[in-house]
Amino acid sequence: MAAGAGGGGWETVIGLETHVQLRTKSKMFCGCSTAFGAPPNTQVCPVCLGLPGALPAPNGAAIRLAVRGALALGCTVHPKSIFARKNYFYPDLPKGYQISQHDQPLATNGTLSFLAAERGIVTATIVRLHVEEDAGKSIHDRFAKATAVDLNRSGVPLIEIVGGPDLRSPAEARAYLLTLKQLLEYIGISDCDMEKGSLRVDANVSVRREGETALSTRTEVKNINSFAFVEKALSVERDRQIALVESGGRVTQQTMLYDSRENSVRPQRSKEESHDYRYFPEPDLPPLLLTPEFVAEEQSELPELPSAKRDRFAAQYGLSREHATVLTASRGVAEYYENVVRAGAEQQAAANWVMTEALADAKDHQEHLRVPAAGLAQLIALVKGGTLSHQAAKRVFAEVAAKGGDPRTVAEALGLVQVGDSSVVAAWVTDVLGSHAPEVGRYKNGETKLMAFFLGQVMRASKGKADPKLAQRVLEEKLAS
Amino acid sequence: MSDAKAVADRLVKSKRLNALLTPPKELRSALTAQASAARPTGVLYGMPVAVKDNICTLEFTTSCGSRILEGYRSPYEATAVTKLKAAGALIAGKTNCDEFAMGSSTEFSAFGRVLHPIDKTRVPGGSSGGSAALVGSGAVPAALGSETGGSVRQPASFCGVVGIKPTYGRVSRYGLVAFGSSLDQIGVFGRSVHDAARVLSVISGRDPRDATCEDRDPLRLPTVPESLQGFVIGLPREYFPPELDPAVRRACDRAVRLLRDLGAAVREVSLPHTAYAVPTYYVIAPAEASSNLARYDGVRYGPRFDGHADLRGLYRATRGQGFGAEVRRRILVGTYVLSAGFYDAYYRRAQQMRALIAQDFRNVFDRGVDLLFTPTTPSPAFKAGEKLSDPIAMYMSDIFTVTANLAGVPAISLPVGQVKGLPIGGQLIGQAFLEDEMLEAAYALERVVPATDEA
Repeated sequence: MAAGAGGGGWETVIGLETHVQLRTKSKMFCGCSTAFGAPPNTQVCPVCLGLPGALPAPNGAAIRLAVRGALALGCTVHPKSIFARKNYFYPDLPKGYQISQHDQPLATNGTLSFLAAERGIVTATIVRLHVEEDAGKSIHDRFAKATAVDLNRSGVPLIEIVGGPDLRSPAEARAYLLTLKQLLEYIGISDCDMEKGSLRVDANVSVRREGETALSTRTEVKNINSFAFVEKALSVERDRQIALVESGGRVTQQTMLYDSRENSVRPQRSKEESHDYRYFPEPDLPPLLLTPEFVAEEQSELPELPSAKRDRFAAQYGLSREHATVLTASRGVAEYYENVVRAGAEQQAAANWVMTEALADAKDHQEHLRVPAAGLAQLIALVKGGTLSHQAAKRVFAEVAAKGGDPRTVAEALGLVQVGDSSVVAAWVTDVLGSHAPEVGRYKNGETKLMAFFLGQVMRASKGKADPKLAQRVLEEKLAS
Repeated sequence: MSDAKAVADRLVKSKRLNALLTPPKELRSALTAQASAARPTGVLYGMPVAVKDNICTLEFTTSCGSRILEGYRSPYEATAVTKLKAAGALIAGKTNCDEFAMGSSTEFSAFGRVLHPIDKTRVPGGSSGGSAALVGSGAVPAALGSETGGSVRQPASFCGVVGIKPTYGRVSRYGLVAFGSSLDQIGVFGRSVHDAARVLSVISGRDPRDATCEDRDPLRLPTVPESLQGFVIGLPREYFPPELDPAVRRACDRAVRLLRDLGAAVREVSLPHTAYAVPTYYVIAPAEASSNLARYDGVRYGPRFDGHADLRGLYRATRGQGFGAEVRRRILVGTYVLSAGFYDAYYRRAQQMRALIAQDFRNVFDRGVDLLFTPTTPSPAFKAGEKLSDPIAMYMSDIFTVTANLAGVPAISLPVGQVKGLPIGGQLIGQAFLEDEMLEAAYALERVVPATDEA
């Protein structure tokens, strides 16, 4: 494929390392809360402060969630994995090492399939998935000439998901990441909120001439702290590498920091990198042993995953692939749609309503689906039965979303129920025709497209309440006489 | 609270040993407070137990014999200390030790060396030399120490007291400041096997805060056996080398005769990888130490030394001035053996050797041997300063003790004789989590051995 800014002939190779915060109440190795946003250094104890003599005690809930993530990615979950210490000095790393996993990770060899604009369905390899604890947070801009350290995050449970070098463009990286996020949210193991730091991504990027198969020297792009920046940051780095090579230079293996304000990358100071982490098995923790029964139980408790749900929606509800994709984007929406159908709504109509009104409303209200599924089903039935026009139903939807209530009652209160009484409709028609004599004349002279005009006038006179089909029939009768 | 006063008086009288780091005034008030709070139903009610300075206590500072933690007060206490207090014991101050438990003579404390209770020109052993000297001088009946390579048994042997290193995982390490985590265990000193054993029984047992502590009930104390009929005791030939101090050999030979007289079957055995134990230990322990001691950086607690322009400068100044020479030496060695390119040659090989050393013990125990008997140390207490300039000579004083730490098995040192007034220790090494058998043999031997006589 062509690689954009650098001109044709280049292929981009990207692999992502994703850190995901597991959704647990307490930290990885102590009982401290993981709640976001607490005042600095209030969710700490001797263990996560790394005080002398304190020891880690593993959080079983975190292990369970990590295993669930590994299984959802089709990984082999190993019956024995080993915690290891990753040693480096930094003020926000209280023990001087991070407890992670190194040469015997929790899980290896999985896959993640996603839809790419140019290559269709791409299956990327998941090289490994391991469990680790987070470091604290250094805050450089809070006090003049001083760095503040907040250790609330110290010891928060993470999984690191290492993807293979299987992505071929920044757009694919974004699609991979969104698919990963969707999957992890589906199985309920993480909030995947990049802004809160519960999903963080580092990217390994290299470029090569089209047709080459060997990997070239890569750089690692860090500090991509929003989904919006994934594509931008990787495009900037790809363009930098192509320009460098085209001008006769060579890419050196280094860490690049992305600056979202300037949309640029800069090399991390060499002082900050080239760590020898001196990994060795964590002597404070025995090997993590998982029984086949435990793994099987987690496997059996996995919910239907997004791709399976999408395929089922298409088949079971007769939806297009696009509609099925939209409706299964999140587990909550999928469940909502199925509840609407279960409450009696016609499948395609339910899909249309969920995809338009319901999702638009949710977008403005913290992803909250405010109209209960049964209510939406009733609303759809009212339209189908001719009680409400489509336009009126949209108003009822908005009203129910904002204030609650039963759609029929709300529609009646708003005076939106369609009038199907032909004598009432006939009176409106008579009024309209009476006050538009010239148009009636033109209609009778063959200008039949004026029917739409008359119908509009009747709807207006009825304040939208006239049953449009009945109104048209009455109009046709009266104009024919 | 006259009890508390008497306890404090005895401790203060031993001041010249420099074994206790707690100032007298602080000691007196803490003892008084504890004595009035102690529950009279506890099995150790009123028993003063001194605690090594690398075990966290709420009542006293925990400095690990180091400048870098000078004045540090832990906001929590070690599980072992909590259990002692729950049993009614009085925490009788903090004892001097080699800095971060790294040493075999207690000469590497930032707060001065500890004197041998019998001969002040000699060392009490180490690293738990303060605890050993206090028990040896009669100031307290029992004390806690810690072991990574023999730091309880070796000073117990030097000071003529009993020292027990339990099975790895028998006692919670929570609150024991880490040196070599895979080797560290809290150990116990006592005037007698029984004093040491009952303190061990109290501090043993499961602790959810330490993932390496076995999920077991506390150790149950055995009764003193009438005889050792049915016991098979092995004498590993590697522990009786030709260069063994003749007085140590004589005392151990006598102890072996006494074990036979008690009805035990004694046979020679071999632990073929013994020669590699000290080098193996001096790769694994420093490797773990280099990581365990990374947290002392002057950022969050402890003194912060001046002369820092930036972060690296802060680390350099604090760690350079806060740690003593021996600790720095071991951090450097440990960092080196874990470095990329050297890991396989040193750390990995040391782990392989450790597995072979542990296998040596299993092989012997699988062939019907219940316990091993050896000298605890190659010689009695040496002179202060004698080995300071020769780290290897110092390290070799742990030659008969490090193996039990590497293999994780329990061991006890008890007095088996003297030479020119200096105590000699004999060691019984047991099988993992079979401390009760080991203690039975120790009880029996203790009753018959003329510990204060020359052999």
